[in-house]
Order: sequence, then C-alpha cells, then structure tokens
Amino acid sequence: MIEIRFHGRGGQGMVTASQVLATAAIMEGKYAQAFPEFGPERRGAPVKAYLRIADQPIYKREPVITPDVVVVADQSLFLSENPLEGLRPNGVLVVNGAYKAPVKTYYVDATSLALKVLGKAIVNTAMIGAVVKATGIVKLETALEALAKYFSGRIYELNAQLIKIAFDQTKEL
Amino acid sequence: MTVALEARAKAKQTLALTSNYAAAYAAKAADVDVIAVYPITPQTTIVEKISEFVDEGELRAQLIHVESEHSAMSAVVGAAAAGARTFTATSSQGLELMHEVLHIASGLRLPIVMAVPARALSAPISIHGDYSDVMNTRDTGWITLIAASAQEVYDSIIQAYRIAESVLLPVMVAYDGFLMSHTTEAVELNDEEEVRKWLPRRLDRPNLLTPEKPITMGAFAMPDYYYEIKYQVQEALLGSLDKVVEADREYGKAFGRSYGIVQSYRLEDADYIVVAYGGASWGNAREAVDEARRRGIKAGALRLRVWRPYPAEEVAKALAGVKAFAVVDRAIAFGAPAGGPVYIDTVTALRMRGIDTPGLSVIHGIGQRSMFVEDFVKVFEMLKDGERNKTVYMGLKL
Amino acid sequence: MSLPRVHEISIGGIIAEPGSSRRNLTGGWRSLKPVLHDDRCIRCRICWLYCPEGTIKEIKGEFVVKGKKYQYKYEIDYDYCKGCGICAHECPVKAIEMVPEA
Repeated sequence: MIEIRFHGRGGQGMVTASQVLATAAIMEGKYAQAFPEFGPERRGAPVKAYLRIADQPIYKREPVITPDVVVVADQSLFLSENPLEGLRPNGVLVVNGAYKAPVKTYYVDATSLALKVLGKAIVNTAMIGAVVKATGIVKLETALEALAKYFSGRIYELNAQLIKIAFDQTKEL
Repeated sequence: MTVALEARAKAKQTLALTSNYAAAYAAKAADVDVIAVYPITPQTTIVEKISEFVDEGELRAQLIHVESEHSAMSAVVGAAAAGARTFTATSSQGLELMHEVLHIASGLRLPIVMAVPARALSAPISIHGDYSDVMNTRDTGWITLIAASAQEVYDSIIQAYRIAESVLLPVMVAYDGFLMSHTTEAVELNDEEEVRKWLPRRLDRPNLLTPEKPITMGAFAMPDYYYEIKYQVQEALLGSLDKVVEADREYGKAFGRSYGIVQSYRLEDADYIVVAYGGASWGNAREAVDEARRRGIKAGALRLRVWRPYPAEEVAKALAGVKAFAVVDRAIAFGAPAGGPVYIDTVTALRMRGIDTPGLSVIHGIGQRSMFVEDFVKVFEMLKDGERNKTVYMGLKL
Repeated sequence: MSLPRVHEISIGGIIAEPGSSRRNLTGGWRSLKPVLHDDRCIRCRICWLYCPEGTIKEIKGEFVVKGKKYQYKYEIDYDYCKGCGICAHECPVKAIEMVPEA
C-alpha cells in the first residue's frame, strides 16, 4: 500500500487531485481510498487530503499519519505546519516550486504553469502531473482518463495539457 | 499488473465513487419513482447526484424539493402509501426533524428506503460525523443497516428494497458521515436491468391506496386496538432478520457480493473481541486485530451490519466463552447505565441468554474526533489488562 | 362483543372495509335532540352545511309549505346525530329546536 498526504489551501484543489488519482488507480484495477481532512471548505485555509492505493482491499480508515509521499501545493504551509511530519524513511516530497527539504524532493513550478495554461493559480492538476512523474503510482494516460470524469470540454482540455506539461517539467531537486 | 487486477480493470462498471454517490447509483438502479429530499450536510451530494440522473433522463422519477425533512418523510409516506417506490436521505438535525414521521412510516408499514450518512447533533453545531442521529432512531420501528464501505452502501440500498417490500417496514441504510460519505473508493455497479429484474414491483399489499379498493390509512386507534397494531410492528421487525439474511444471500447469488448480518475477523481462537459498526470503526478495528496479535494478544473483531433488529443470537454466539469484549460506540447514551448505546444492547443480548462475558463500553469518534488504528489496539490492551464493566471515553482530553 | 386478536387486525391499522363507521350508531350519545320545524324552514341549507356529522339529509321532491313551493326538505338522521346543537345555533330563522331526549 502507498499512502499519500496532500497539503494545500482551500481553493487549490487538493481534494480533487486526490480523487482524480484515486479514480485513476481504480481504473487500473487497483484499490484506492481518497478523502479530505474535512471541514467547512474555506478558501485559503490549510486543507489536507489523503490517498491510499493498494493491490488489496483497504480497511484502514485513519488519517494518513506515516505517508510515503507528501504533496505540498503551497510552500507557505511550511511556515504554519510541518507537512513532512511522519514521512517514512525513503519517503518523497513533491512540492510546488524548488524547496530545500531534508528528504528526496521532486518539484515543479506549478503556479507559473497554471497561470500560463489556465490563467488561474489553481495548481491541483499541475501537482497531479508532478505526483505521477515522481511516484509512477498510476500511468500518465490513466490520470488523463480519470481527469475526464471530473472535467469536460475546454476545462478538461486545458487541465489535461497542464498535467502533461507539469509531468514533463517535474525534476528531482 | 497481475492478472486479477487486469480483470478488475476490465469490469467497466467499476467506478470511483463516494458512499453518497454509491447511494445515488443504488437508488437509480432500484428505479425509484419518488424521491423527496431537503439538503443537509453531509447528505447533500446524494440528492445532487440523483437530481442529475433525473435531469439527464437516466432515472424517470418525481424529485420533490420539499421545505423540510419533516415534509420529505411525509411526502415519501404519502407516495409509498400510493404504491410508489420511494427514496429519501438525510443526516443529523434533518433526521431529528423527521423523527415523528419515522414512527408513522413504520406504523403504517410502508416500504420506504432512506440513506443516512451519520452526523453529530447540535449544540454545539457540528457538521462532522458520529452516530448520535442514527442511535436516536433506535425505537422508531425501522430496520437499520450500517454499511462499512461505499460498495456495501450500494449493495445494501438495493437489498433494502427487497427487505422493505417483503417485510413491509421502512429500511434505513446508515454509514459514516464524511469518513465514508465523502471518501472516494472503488464501487462495482450491477447491470441495472438485472437489478430491476431482481427487484420486481410489488403491489400485493393490503396497505395500498388505490381507487379500486378504497381503504382508510392512519386512522385513530383506541386503547383496545392500538397495542395489537404496535405489537405487529415489533413482531415484523424481530422477524425481519430472516428476510435480511435471505435478501443478502439472494443478492450474493445474483451479483456476487454478500455480507451477512454480522461480520467477523479472526474470531476462531480470540480471547478478546472488539465489536464495532460503520466503516471507520470496523476498518480500524480490523487492522488493530492484526497489530494486537503481533503484540501477542489473541484479538478478534465483530461488526454489526444490522442494528435494528439487533442480531442477538449471532452476537451472543461470537461473544460466549471469550475472556472479554468491548463495544466501540460513536454515540453517547446520555445518562444511561453505560455510555454506549450498542454496548447496552450487547450486554442485554448476552444476559438474556445467561451469558456473562464481561464487557467494556468504549466511546470514540464523537463529532469525528480522529480515530486511529492504534486506539483500537489500545482497547485490546485494556481488555487484556483486565479493564471491565465501565465506560471509557477514548480520545477525550481529560 | 369480542375484539379481534393481534393477527386478525390488518397491518398498519388500516381500515379495509369502507363505511364501517356506519355500524357505530352515535345517535345514542344525545341528551338534547334537534327538532326541525318544516313550516319555519326557508331552505337556506345552512344546517346541512354546518352539521359536523352529515346527519342533515336533503330530500328532493315537491313540497308546499304555507303556500310556497319548495324542491327540497331537510330531515335529521337520528341514528347518527350526536345532539351537538350546531344546526340549531346556526339556523337563521330558529327553525331547529333542541328538546330533551325522551
């Protein structure tokens, strides 16, 4: 089982990112579980979302406390909380923008890419591309197919493009 | 990918759904005629999905937007009396507002099906999950199933129509608010034509309003009649357990998935058993069994899938002869002799059969206080350390 | 009268036999009895409208009262009239009189 914890701010779409990846995993025949750290969703407030992917049915339903992967959509969160808390040894950080952390880190400039492609700083789909590149938990094609379950038309086209660009530009720090 | 995984991927009807969406898909598969709802968190996404189905013509049904949950239940009571297959859903305060009509639905013996993503009660206001709302419906005469996965929510709602329409009692399918209602999981959907064949319309009941055979429903009953009519509800509810088992078994034969009325995990040689209900409690208890066993405790877990009628025989059989058991309740029975409502029933079920296995009432997950696998391991450790006959308020900042 | 046993009663307390309340002759509840004086009645129908039990019967026919022709007259069904007196109270010409039951 692989456990991923997403850190973002309300409005950045981390909950949707976790759902799209869960959907992609399920489309590949795996078991998955995606759920947010629930609260009344407020734009700008710190938000967590959890994702588990496994080859076997998943029974555990606690928050992810020892993640294999931590995804941080907004570096300012490092100031108010410790997103790396509980990260397993050999765990991976996937972060929006180069951020020096004492763990193996992949980064992509998600905000600039989102502004360029979408014209809005909604970074979730860029982060999906980065997570897929960094971890290989699902295939890029499946992630794009899963995205179609959540968006359609031009919004889908732009976000699919953004996933692909972010996938290509994600680098190990 | 292994061969098994590829086969699953090919089953094109496996979707990634939340339990709420699974509930909506189940209502659609059951081809319901009338849905009356009022929005409330965390239920709302069920009816959002259903209204999409109706709007896009995937479900031919009357979706009634009512002005309160009291009206929602009243509307489905009327529709069910007239022979419609009905569906509604609510949570928390909405279920409380429905309360008086819940008794009317069971008293009139109407086969209504309702989904309840369970949520805490005000005050203070909480939108988060626990089972306070569901536990308050204990004596309303409803058959109550509690599911533990999105798949089970889907399957149970379809089964619920079979049960309701054969027993002539309403059925509630409850599950964790948020921890399931908003959690995306894999759900294998059935062929809808097959479901509709499995759930033929049944109008062969005496309590049906039809111009051909006029009857009076909801009439006044004097003391010389009332008691007998309510006793009939008691008899039907207690007898419904067989119908729940039968519906589950038949469903398994038709669609390949069944659950039983209780689920057990590693009970064979267990000394200590944790009884739980709902997805988060069950999933974490199950994981905790493995961990406790790694720590040398012979642990086992039992899940109640049916809360009303209480599966007393099955629970007693599992708990007879073990060293001790605990029931993890996500609701508080305020002022009762023990803190947990399901614990109280469990002890009664044992004592009614002369079984004296000692127990521990554990309260947890109130207002969605985080529950961890380690908490459930701790329950096994407490049982092993001889904690008995008291209520433990787990996760409480004392 | 023996009452039905638990399994002899229809489920849900439904009443499956229409009009079964006809067997319940509520006329016995009366202590005062309305008496309608047809010679004073102006056929306004107010008693018929107000009676909570529907016990004022409207009879069609040719009726001549004090030289006036009417197509209706009203009678009280004493099998079911409970003697509430609403008809007498509402009658605008005091054509209904409440008298003690004999």
